Amino acid sequence: MMSETILRGLRERDPRGIARAISLVEENDPMADEILSSLDDSLVDQAMVLGITGPPGAGKSTLTDRIISRYRSLGKRVGVIAVDPSSPISGGAILGDRIRMMGHALDKDVVVRSMATRGRLGGLCAAAGAAVRILAGSGCSVIIIETVGVGQSEMDIIRLADITALVLAPGLGDDIQAMKAGLLEVADILIVNKADCAGAETLAMDMESIAREGGKEKDRVNVCMTVASEGRGTDELLAAIETVDISHRETGERRTRREKAYDLEVLDWALEMIKPSIIEKIEKWDHVRKGAPRLQAARLLGQE
Amino acid sequence: MAEQKKTHRVLIGKPGLDGHDRGAKFIARALRDAGFEVVYTGIRRTPDEIAAAAVQEDVSAVGLSLLSGAHLSLFPAVVRALKSAGAGDIPVLGGGIIPDEDIVLLKEAGINAVFTPGTPVAQIIAAFRTACETQEARRN
Ligand SMILES: Nc1nc2c(ncn2[C@@H]2O[C@H](COP(=O)(O)OP(=O)(O)O)[C@@H](O)[C@H]2O)c(=O)[nH]1
Ligand SMILES: [Mg+2]
Repeated sequence: MMSETILRGLRERDPRGIARAISLVEENDPMADEILSSLDDSLVDQAMVLGITGPPGAGKSTLTDRIISRYRSLGKRVGVIAVDPSSPISGGAILGDRIRMMGHALDKDVVVRSMATRGRLGGLCAAAGAAVRILAGSGCSVIIIETVGVGQSEMDIIRLADITALVLAPGLGDDIQAMKAGLLEVADILIVNKADCAGAETLAMDMESIAREGGKEKDRVNVCMTVASEGRGTDELLAAIETVDISHRETGERRTRREKAYDLEVLDWALEMIKPSIIEKIEKWDHVRKGAPRLQAARLLGQE
Repeated sequence: MAEQKKTHRVLIGKPGLDGHDRGAKFIARALRDAGFEVVYTGIRRTPDEIAAAAVQEDVSAVGLSLLSGAHLSLFPAVVRALKSAGAGDIPVLGGGIIPDEDIVLLKEAGINAVFTPGTPVAQIIAAFRTACETQEARRN
């Protein structure tokens, strides 16, 4: 497909055009820059990007499905980027988040795209960021990024979001303990899903106290209880999202995050661009492989 | 940036009413282990839902798994659904308990490849790889 056809497809919200455009940016096709430069920046500025993260099985996809329904009933066009890890051995991936969202498959105003991490550490951020722009440029006013909150690269994607919700559920054990440390740094909203299951109350109380601990400098983090499988608690969650959104707009936090996210994407690209020349330098370099590698690197770059 | 080998994206779907997804999951895992990115849509999908998902995910091939015996109606229905979604170029491969005489009919109906319980996994993977490569070459 020629880029003209793709650009027209994007403008006309043609599903195939949107899908091709995302693939082209994902693959760093030469057409990607042209596509990204042609997007309507005001649409990208206005869209709300919601990050949903948490351990596997917490109910992120089920909850995303419910959130889609709520925004659709408000007449908003919704985009979803569902990220799953690639297998480090084969490089392949099973992308199964869509299963929970198939109820929206025939709705032309719900665009779901699954994306694998592909072992590109920083690059994932660039790929997901580009996909967010394309979805926004094709008229999605709400864009949800679902990602498993375990790896660093996945956490980085969350920095693309205007608002981040962390989904937890009782019975997931150690995952939660391990995550607690960084919880408040990334989460604007804490969701205790599977509120129908034993241990949900305790978990919610835990979360409440964590939310209070960090509540001095930051805005108080909301704790929401949901039963995603039954659609319970979604209205309250949407209200919490709106509250955070309004506050972030008033305080300038939204703008700050957008600027940081943009710079992060630029950094990703810059690092990608200088990497080959450094690799080439090292390969051609006639050096003694001894001593502190960091000093060698400084020497290589002429910073010593 | 070093030229990466293209990662093939495929969709595995189960149209129709039977709820046995062991075959579909087995193939999904085998393809993942062979380096494919596999979008799995779960059981009991209509041909239109499968086609819409295939378009949004921009896959290079669609794989269908069926045990119910309704392959003669459902496999071609997915081919038609893709056509009406403007994606008739995406190849459809299908597997199930399919008698020899039906294989001919399915190929005539535009199914790219047909697998039966006796087909070796390596052959299935090779068929997906060929279908993806052909589709990607044509698309670009
Ligand atoms: N009991 C209960 N199960 C749920 C709830 N939400 C999701 N589930 C189930 O939890 C499992 C994992 O859900 P999924 O959305 O795929 O989780 P993800 O891995 O975080 O995306 C599925 O079997 C869901 O049906 C809930 O509120 N209560
Ligand atoms: Mg999920």
